[in-house]
Amino acid sequence: MTEYRLSGAELEAAFQTRVDDERRIEPKDWMPDAYRKNLVRQISQHAHSEIIGMQPEGNWITRAPTLKRKMILLAKVQDEGGHGLYLYSAAETLGASREDMIEALHQGRAKYASIFNYPTLTWADIGMIGWLVDGAAIVNQISLQRTSYGPYSRAMIRICKEESFHQRQGFEILMALAAGSEAQKAMAQDALNRWWWPTLMMFGPHDSESAHSAQSMQWKIKRKSNDELRQDFVDQTVPQADFLGLKIPDPELRWNEDRGHYDFGEIDWDEFWTVVSGNGLCNRERLARHRKAHQDGKWVREAMRAYEEKRRARAA
Amino acid sequence: MTNDRKLPLYEVFVRSRRGLDHKHVGSLHAEDGAQALKYARDCYTRRSEGVSIWVVRSSEIVASQEEDAASFFDPSDDKPYRHATHYRLPKAVKNL
Amino acid sequence: MTGRRAHGRGHPGRAAALFEFALALGDDALVLGQRLSEWCGNAPFLEEDLALANVALDCIGRANLFYRYAAELDGEGRNADQLAFLRGSREYRNLLICELPIGDFAFTMARQAMVDTFNLPYLKRLARSTDPRIAAIAAKAAKESRYHLQRSREWVLRLAGGTGESRAKIQSAFDALWGYCPEMFEMTSGETALLKSGVSVDRAAMKADWERAMKAVLAEAALEAPEGKWTISGGRNGLHTEHHGYLLAEMQSVQRAWPGLEW
Repeated sequence: MTEYRLSGAELEAAFQTRVDDERRIEPKDWMPDAYRKNLVRQISQHAHSEIIGMQPEGNWITRAPTLKRKMILLAKVQDEGGHGLYLYSAAETLGASREDMIEALHQGRAKYASIFNYPTLTWADIGMIGWLVDGAAIVNQISLQRTSYGPYSRAMIRICKEESFHQRQGFEILMALAAGSEAQKAMAQDALNRWWWPTLMMFGPHDSESAHSAQSMQWKIKRKSNDELRQDFVDQTVPQADFLGLKIPDPELRWNEDRGHYDFGEIDWDEFWTVVSGNGLCNRERLARHRKAHQDGKWVREAMRAYEEKRRARAA
Repeated sequence: MTNDRKLPLYEVFVRSRRGLDHKHVGSLHAEDGAQALKYARDCYTRRSEGVSIWVVRSSEIVASQEEDAASFFDPSDDKPYRHATHYRLPKAVKNL
Repeated sequence: MTGRRAHGRGHPGRAAALFEFALALGDDALVLGQRLSEWCGNAPFLEEDLALANVALDCIGRANLFYRYAAELDGEGRNADQLAFLRGSREYRNLLICELPIGDFAFTMARQAMVDTFNLPYLKRLARSTDPRIAAIAAKAAKESRYHLQRSREWVLRLAGGTGESRAKIQSAFDALWGYCPEMFEMTSGETALLKSGVSVDRAAMKADWERAMKAVLAEAALEAPEGKWTISGGRNGLHTEHHGYLLAEMQSVQRAWPGLEW
């Protein structure tokens, strides 16, 4: 039987039509190689961010100030691990293996969100990560629920459901501090001063500077541009800061009636690139710790495999 | 990392409530089915999402192929008579 | 927070004994949960990381319930967090086996196997306590421990039957922990007093069954039963290992640095 085979151009056109029509791409569908690569890059980077993000918050699990806070924080950091798992799963449907993705992380070929290279110095930082960092992540992730790749989209839907608890627990920590002693209020303000700008950097370079943006938008891997998402975040966050009685450390921040948005100051892009290129306060430690845990666990993984092989041999 | 052999991949299906089907929720790595089931519990039902879990090795799933999609699914496109909406009944006829 | 409360549960001696009883159970759970939580982000692989965090959460949740009950009985009117975060090492009543540092994965799993093998039958009995609050907490905890035991038992078999390296590690973990186990079967005077009214459980009577169960697992894993000639105890009297002070210093640091605040 001779079959008619579609040419590469026809396949690509059919693919783009499917994306344009908001029909999801599924694992076994034909997709351009660059789409696959781009997705693996974005999803694995996202997964690594969840996993490395466990460290700055995990830093406070053993020191959380009440039993309730301890349970919430542990459950939250565990959730981040779960989100990493969902995302690795999604990337694996594209033929990437988790081992390879982890190796790419360890070798510095894969990135993770730079925000996690900042240290958590006080308990207020845990509130700040929940409120700001998770808040920023949610803004990004909500738009990704409609991303064109089915498994990624489904993982994001699941993650968004769980993330809203994360942001609220952060805000609740800060409400307690804001209603507390002068020392607690100062702790919260200090944390905001340190986390505000790095959070705005999470959305990445300006649209005009972003290397992957245009193609990713066409493929609907990304649904909104960096600058649009950043603006959404600022608009929703400023009133919350007012509610807490905290001052956002940006003298240029003000409501712009004409635009219907807040104007805000320029990000220190030198700092951004310093941290992205590996010279933030914690870059080396974060990777070293992940490598160590992975290396320390190697004998356990080998033992599991050996045990299973012996069991199968006995059964055969 | 050269000898770090890969753990098998398992697909996870969760029944969220009695009366509903098991639904695919994602995957995980485990050495065997029993371990995969426990990890599925820990990884995919942290918020009481399930009353029952299935796991199956991803390599054991037999899936239809995209290149077969035309011969697999198109033939049913021209059989509208299989759907109840195909049949127009006079308004006077009830309960059908 | 006012001073001494009227207990209204029989004579004051009984209330004090019940307080001490709930407190010690809370201390066991919190200190073990604190140790387990140290694995978060550091486990051998991601799935196990999530699973260990669930066990840690069960322990801390259990501690919270026991402390809340203890707080209601406390003559000094402390709440659960004050019991957890403002007592010193000498006032902590946890079993020593709970406070030992996590060691490697084999050490953590051997400890879990020993503690879980004790906890499941203990909690099942405690679920029939004549004190309804204790019974309710124990019934909930027993369900959790059943799952913990399945996990830790499977890990013992896996590590023992895995590679030469894993086998050596799990064997030496059992050897290192064995002498801390007899403490699980020691009765405090308060527990003995509560035994008559059916509130507490006779730990001492559970020792033979525990040993049988442990030896069965070790035999199935083809591990050597550790030599049982040494015993270390003291936790119930506030005599702890040197690790304990560091554990508390870390855990309590925020509460100690800014006392009396809401968090």
